[in-house]
Amino acid sequence: MTPVLRIEGLRVGFPNVAAVRGISLSVARGETHCLVGESGCGKSVSALALMGLLPRSARRSADCIAFGDLDLAPLSERQMARLRGDRMTMIFQEPMTSLNPAYTVGSQMTEVLRRHRGLGQGDAVARAAAMLDRVGISAPDMRLGQFPHQLSGGLRQRVMIAMALLCEPELLIADEPTTALDVTVQAQILRLLAGLQRELGLAVLLITHDLGIVARTANQVSVMYAGEIVEQAPVNELFAAPTHPYTRGLLASIPVPGKVRRGEKLGSIPGIVPAIGPGFAGCAFRDRCGEAMAACAEPVPERHIGDEHQYRCLLDPAWRAAA
Amino acid sequence: MRHRIALWLGVLIVGTAAVVAIFAPLLVPHDPFAQNLSQRFIPPAWMKGGSSEHLLGTDQLGRDYFARLILGTRISMMIGTTTIMMAGFIGTTLGVLGGYFGGKLDRVVMFIISCRLAIPLILVALTVVSLIGSSLTVVMLTLGLLLWERFAVVSRAATRQVCGLDYVAAAWAAGCSRLAIILREVLPNIAHHLVVIATIDMAIAILLEAALSFLGLGVPPPLPSWGLMIAEAKDYMFFKPWVIEIPGLALLVLVLGINLLGDGLRDALGAQTER
Repeated sequence: MTPVLRIEGLRVGFPNVAAVRGISLSVARGETHCLVGESGCGKSVSALALMGLLPRSARRSADCIAFGDLDLAPLSERQMARLRGDRMTMIFQEPMTSLNPAYTVGSQMTEVLRRHRGLGQGDAVARAAAMLDRVGISAPDMRLGQFPHQLSGGLRQRVMIAMALLCEPELLIADEPTTALDVTVQAQILRLLAGLQRELGLAVLLITHDLGIVARTANQVSVMYAGEIVEQAPVNELFAAPTHPYTRGLLASIPVPGKVRRGEKLGSIPGIVPAIGPGFAGCAFRDRCGEAMAACAEPVPERHIGDEHQYRCLLDPAWRAAA
Repeated sequence: MRHRIALWLGVLIVGTAAVVAIFAPLLVPHDPFAQNLSQRFIPPAWMKGGSSEHLLGTDQLGRDYFARLILGTRISMMIGTTTIMMAGFIGTTLGVLGGYFGGKLDRVVMFIISCRLAIPLILVALTVVSLIGSSLTVVMLTLGLLLWERFAVVSRAATRQVCGLDYVAAAWAAGCSRLAIILREVLPNIAHHLVVIATIDMAIAILLEAALSFLGLGVPPPLPSWGLMIAEAKDYMFFKPWVIEIPGLALLVLVLGINLLGDGLRDALGAQTER
């Protein structure tokens, strides 16, 4: 079956910064692919690049960006606008600023339907109310008449999700959808997303830096570091057998209740992310890596363990058994 | 709460001026242009020698001062509103385009704003009047075509700020066109800045018209512009002070009222959007 989204060799460059350096991934129908990494590693930029939402100064290139059977790369601005909000949608990190404060929730939701589906006002309102009900908002008719400032953060994120799902998209890109929410609301939103995904057969590209969320929601995981995917694997495999030193460092940084004693230092990765300019070669992690060697300054090939597990490191997978 | 009082005072003054301006022909007790040299300089009704016939007395040509003041309100309000409409349209268009599209277009907009700031307004008015003569239309056009720089600067800055917010990105992600984003996402969210600028510019336009008329470059006589009334009264100010005090006071109260309104609106709208 063709995956809903398949990208190969996606690159995004800003003047003097190579933000994304050739990432490849694919998301199948009904599957969640998590893109994890620390701030500034290029996760959000990758998502924006897929949607065609990059700032003007950015340059995008890719060997292939396929959305179903459709090649996105040569599409015009107008053709992309027709896809966006209809077949592929996005929800943002900050629910407090993602809704236009000048219009009611109803007005913003029905606009999407009128734009893409050409529905009349009455049908659009009914559809919007049904969708609000579906994302677990009680009294949807009242909420439709309210302005964003009258809603709490959790409610706004639910509205955002409802808006994103109005046209029954095939692909949902969620850029840290729960970061700004407190833990209980976060759990509700994730459960909601998972439920809707099952019902609608959505493909979800979930961007997060929270490995807890990854463990709970993902099918596939891509770990990003300094604009590259350093390791990609099914979620169980990644947590059971992390291979790249960066992934291992990330997993070692998670405090485990009962295992980490009071006063004991939490795991961390020494050093900071290097600035990656044009022309940078080799492994970007080598300055922070305990296993670095001279050959790490050369371009690092991708290695495979089985069919689904790839990583970008010179070390043999056997090293982790030895370490 | 203090601001609310100022706001309502501003609303009261500007509202009254607007009503007076609209219904001016119905409110005047006498023909504001009718001269009567036998009735020159009758003092206002509350002064010694005044009569209830002429509430605010008469001027040096025996014209009823109350009637002229009322008609002057109409001229001031007309100048104020047409100026902010023209200037608002020009300035907001330039500012929003520059702020939204950025890059080369933004640089062009900034250049146009700088050029405009380099032009002294009175000098332009002087040139225009000496070329095509003074009239109400010329004053309105001159002010409207020149007073847009505040609109441009503020709308450009506000647009850039709004464009950085997620809901603009979200609208883009929902498949909105650029025009739809400018009209639905940007303009409604910078409108509260523009309303405040409109009040400031309206006050400035009214003052400038008075200044131009005072210099003889604005509204031509016998139209009763307040600036012109002050100019005509200045020869008599030591002996008949009310002829200069009355239009001066009217100008002061109207401009103060507009400024109070603007201040109050800024606080009220600011509080609303930051909630």
